[in-house]
Amino acid sequence: MLIGKPAAIPSSEITPKATYLNRRSFLAGAAIAGAAAVTSVAFRDFVAPSLTAHANAKIDGLQKSPFSTTEKETPYKDVTSYNNFYEFSTDKEGPADLAKNFKTRPWTVTIDGQVKKKHVLDVDAILKMAAPEERIYRHRCVEGWSIVVPWVGFSLSELIKRADPLPKAKFVEFTTLYDPKQMPGQRTSVLKWPYVEGLRMDEAMHPLALLCFGMYGEVLPNQDGAPLRIVLPWKYGFKSAKSIVRIRFTDDQPMNTWQQSASSEYGFYSNVNPNVDHPRWSQAKERRLGEFLKRPTLMFNGYDQVASLYSGMDLKKNF
Amino acid sequence: MTLRFTKLALFLAALVPLARLAWKALHDGLGANPIEFITHSTGDWTLILVLTTLSITPLRRITRQYWLIGVRRMTGLFAFFYGTLHFLTYIWLDKFFDIHEMLKDIAKRRFITVGFSAFVLLIPLALTSTAWSIRRLGGKNWQRLHRLIYFTGILAVVHYAWLVKADLRKPIEYGVVLSILLLYRVGVWVGEKRQQPAIPAPARSRAEVTKA
Repeated sequence: MLIGKPAAIPSSEITPKATYLNRRSFLAGAAIAGAAAVTSVAFRDFVAPSLTAHANAKIDGLQKSPFSTTEKETPYKDVTSYNNFYEFSTDKEGPADLAKNFKTRPWTVTIDGQVKKKHVLDVDAILKMAAPEERIYRHRCVEGWSIVVPWVGFSLSELIKRADPLPKAKFVEFTTLYDPKQMPGQRTSVLKWPYVEGLRMDEAMHPLALLCFGMYGEVLPNQDGAPLRIVLPWKYGFKSAKSIVRIRFTDDQPMNTWQQSASSEYGFYSNVNPNVDHPRWSQAKERRLGEFLKRPTLMFNGYDQVASLYSGMDLKKNF
Repeated sequence: MTLRFTKLALFLAALVPLARLAWKALHDGLGANPIEFITHSTGDWTLILVLTTLSITPLRRITRQYWLIGVRRMTGLFAFFYGTLHFLTYIWLDKFFDIHEMLKDIAKRRFITVGFSAFVLLIPLALTSTAWSIRRLGGKNWQRLHRLIYFTGILAVVHYAWLVKADLRKPIEYGVVLSILLLYRVGVWVGEKRQQPAIPAPARSRAEVTKA
């Protein structure tokens, strides 16, 4: 039976060239995946970056902003593969992969508290409130590293004006989505969930405070807080709440998550301040990703225009 | 002969973490913050090797594989080796030999204070790791001195716990392993203490028996 005339192959059995090529690339992919699995971290780290190219939609009609710095932008790869997003993982390399399938649509944002009328807004309606701007900001993490990111968004004040808060609203509170099914970090009790951040009203209305939905000219990647986050360049990174589902106006100061976690180490204001150390480490210097030597940290991360918000305040006490 | 082979294999295995770092450094594999990566990696391996060194005596007694004593010095010296790399990363890559800044850190930052102490305690152990030192000090004294590694272990775990922001899971894992290894020694010590007064006791009872 083994030796015989080769049977004629019916044309229906012949694999179309495209499928065949797909199969080849699939095999290549499988080989890489297999190798990565077998050789663990070491190999995966070399392979993964080339496979994670920009995958997000471009945002058109970006306006330039006078707030932008001319400093060198941190590479996209670093900003998207090294960041804190405890909802996914406490490892900075973790969120990129764990947030891959995070659903950012449909997405609504509830606006309530001290407002004339409670709103539940679709995120896409919020994005259309004002023209998108590109703002290249310095971003300083409380851990002592920093990046320069071309964010996309518009001033948070645009949203607040439309939300029409009552005069007695003195603070704004931001709440991140709570969904342990999608956010594996929330299945641990590392922090109290959901993540809450807050600002004084005048801080939130400052034109530098950015309502952000993109970066590097594209829609915000999931691991960086999609679909909607805030960016407060003069404060430590953790103040810039990600994946926001609720904005509440209040007359008393919100309790932000990190303050609740360790009130002696993280305050409500958390302004970048080289003269006020974290109780356990110095804040005088920072490592800009991509640079070898540390650079001095600047007061308010170099955004002196916010200084008047805090005039007369003891920033050592109100850290 | 087999011990020599085991030691060679262990020697090469202990160099793997360093080789991995070198390989990654040459292939752009250290991530967005390479200095932090090197610091964490050398720190992790120091702690792992300290715990490995501390596990040899219990392992040796429990499994009755007495030859294991022959590899303890090497694991201890590798712990010191990675600890030195960890310390060098800190003063060179992190502080860039700013000694003034470093001294301020050691005095002010308690996680640096305990980490530095853990490292300093390893220095006399590395210096007295030779057979000559054991003879010179005498077995008892040498053993007493080398119990300093218990404190290195404790300080190193505290160092780790004090530097993390909120996620204590990894330092706790190391802490649990360390506690087991130290509790084993407490257990052995208590056992020996109990046996010592127990020796004259039966002698006395025998005397009572003869009297009776």
